[in-house]
Amino acid sequence: MYDKSRGMSGPSPEGRETMNELLRPVALLFACLAVIQPARAADDVKIGAIYPLTGNSAGAGQSAKDAVELGAEIVNSPHPGLEKLPLGAGAGLPGLGGGKIVLDNADHQGNPQVGQQQTLRLITEDHVVAMLGCYHSSVALVATAAAERQGIPFVIADSVALNITGRGFKWVFRTGPIAPDFAKAYAEFLTDLRKGGKKIDSIAVVNENTDYGTSVAASILAAAKTAGIAVAAQIPYDANGADVSAQVLQLKGLKPDAVIFVSYTADTILYFKTMKNLDYLPPLIIGDDAGFSDPSFIPNAGPLAQGAVNRSAFDIGAPGSNSYAINQLFNAKHHRDLDDTSARWMQGFFVLADAINRAGSTAPDKIQAALRATDLGPDRLMIGYRGVKFDETGQNTLSATYLIQLQGDHYVSVWPEDRATAKLQWPMTGWRQ
Amino acid sequence: MTLLQVVVGGLLLGAVYALFASGLTLIWGMMNFINFAHGEFVMLGMYAALLVVTWLGGGPALFALAAALVLFALGAAIYFGLIRHVLRGPMLAQILSTFGLALVLRYTAFWIFSANFVSLPQTALSGTLSIGGLLLPVPQLAAGVAALALTAGLHLLLTRTAVGSQLLAVAEDREAAMLVGIRPDRMQALAWGLAAGSAGLAGALMATAYPWSPSVGATFGLTAFITVTLGGFGSVPGALYAGLMVGAIQALSAYWLGPIYKDVVVYALFVALLWLRPQGLMGRA
Repeated sequence: MYDKSRGMSGPSPEGRETMNELLRPVALLFACLAVIQPARAADDVKIGAIYPLTGNSAGAGQSAKDAVELGAEIVNSPHPGLEKLPLGAGAGLPGLGGGKIVLDNADHQGNPQVGQQQTLRLITEDHVVAMLGCYHSSVALVATAAAERQGIPFVIADSVALNITGRGFKWVFRTGPIAPDFAKAYAEFLTDLRKGGKKIDSIAVVNENTDYGTSVAASILAAAKTAGIAVAAQIPYDANGADVSAQVLQLKGLKPDAVIFVSYTADTILYFKTMKNLDYLPPLIIGDDAGFSDPSFIPNAGPLAQGAVNRSAFDIGAPGSNSYAINQLFNAKHHRDLDDTSARWMQGFFVLADAINRAGSTAPDKIQAALRATDLGPDRLMIGYRGVKFDETGQNTLSATYLIQLQGDHYVSVWPEDRATAKLQWPMTGWRQ
Repeated sequence: MTLLQVVVGGLLLGAVYALFASGLTLIWGMMNFINFAHGEFVMLGMYAALLVVTWLGGGPALFALAAALVLFALGAAIYFGLIRHVLRGPMLAQILSTFGLALVLRYTAFWIFSANFVSLPQTALSGTLSIGGLLLPVPQLAAGVAALALTAGLHLLLTRTAVGSQLLAVAEDREAAMLVGIRPDRMQALAWGLAAGSAGLAGALMATAYPWSPSVGATFGLTAFITVTLGGFGSVPGALYAGLMVGAIQALSAYWLGPIYKDVVVYALFVALLWLRPQGLMGRA
């Protein structure tokens, strides 16, 4: 509520916001009542979605929910100008006689156990026909296992741990890129920098120690080894801790040429504050999405993190593109731009909606078959993947990621060169303007 | 030099822990009442500071004071509105009432302030002092000094003033205190006000150093309970020593062994110390 885009100054807009926030529970109650109401059009389709709506990643979770809800609105009502997107222009799902999508949202709190319970509840009590999730890889690993046993398709929009797909599951589909994809992107980016004469002799990897951080760190170490880049240190830590100065002092002693952070929100902001306090800034910081893409990151750490590089598959793009049009709708509603995380959620939702429409049925096996047959080109997406086509493990083989850099109060695309909209700022300036 | 920096950083963080725990030791250690909403008081102190800074443009002295006063009033109100009634119920009701209160406060904050992380603007209280190469972040330094002052103040209040004696008398034996003319409700409300007020002050000072969201109470909450237990129930100086000790041990073990081991070390030492001294460092057996 206090982010820059919504203004921090006058009390009057603040008051209005507060009213809206206070009305939210009432609206939520009505939404719940609407969901459990038995009398409804027979052809409406209920999709379950689990996000971290409370807990340390709640900001990202709320943002993802905002994006998915806008996605549902785009599918359910006519949006002229979005003809290129499947289901964009028309209203509802034509394959189900114009049926609308109803979202059944739940909070997993970033806790795998809660995620598993919520998934089971949505499937067995609310009878959702498909699931969408999860942000935390640790939650995705157990929630998909619950859905697999129930025989309900589960689309993973943004969780990246390698082993979410590839466990022989038949009901799991992941639209977003996985750890080896962007580990490879980082290694190629660093190699390009080296070729350009920059000194990249060693890197350090600082990762939070749940499935997400551990899996991405392992992929980065493997990619660095292949690319012949020395790893000065790998520092795992607990993202819920109150202090990160030990990690920063360790980095200060090792002096790596680049530091890659695989971190969530509060810890990322704390890292930048601590680095400033302890006067340590490496020439290059790469953030692995998550905390660096959270809506709280730029308002809180932006002035300290100038030049930080982040990965993203989403770029607002030029007027006329799907991404631009959708970002305008999102911005009009929420007064901020879509970020990589929320955009990947929305894309995951669109892929699922398209499959249900093509299935022409709410039977789980029909939806599963339709998901398997998915074949979308890049022009039919709202994000920068090369397309959506699943392999036998359920992983999208055409997923992709790009690198963006924080310059001023927004990210600009800097790598690879053919997608760059700005020149890479080197070395990063952090808080030293 | 790096080692010294690690230790100093740990001690400064420890002072924040002590500050956080100071109010808890008052309620838990003296009134024998476990307040699970203590972390939420600190969280509300942080938001109170943010509102004062962004709306009124208040400086560090004003926002810390405002947060303390707002929380003092809230603490007293919570005593009269909730605690006084559940005190008559069984122990379990007392425990669960503050647990419920914690959830109500946390989720109300979610609705009002949203789940996004916020931090105080850089201008509020920032910068780093460098003394012979040793870096001392001003926000943590201020929190450390305030923790010392607050601890000393609370200690003097309890041991050197009539009000302190009356507070302790009520904690010792409510009925007997009434017999000598002390009004227990007033004293208990004062204790809750002081506890919440110091939590608010702690929150305002911590807000200068840490980003937070409505769930911040949970992050620091456990450490505060550990600090109070380690220091010894009812001992305000004990909470300070324990806070400093926990901070320094965490920092050193994080630096030597790696950040994921710091809590293992702290809690292992905690269990070991309680095995040797169940009453805590400064508690009475």
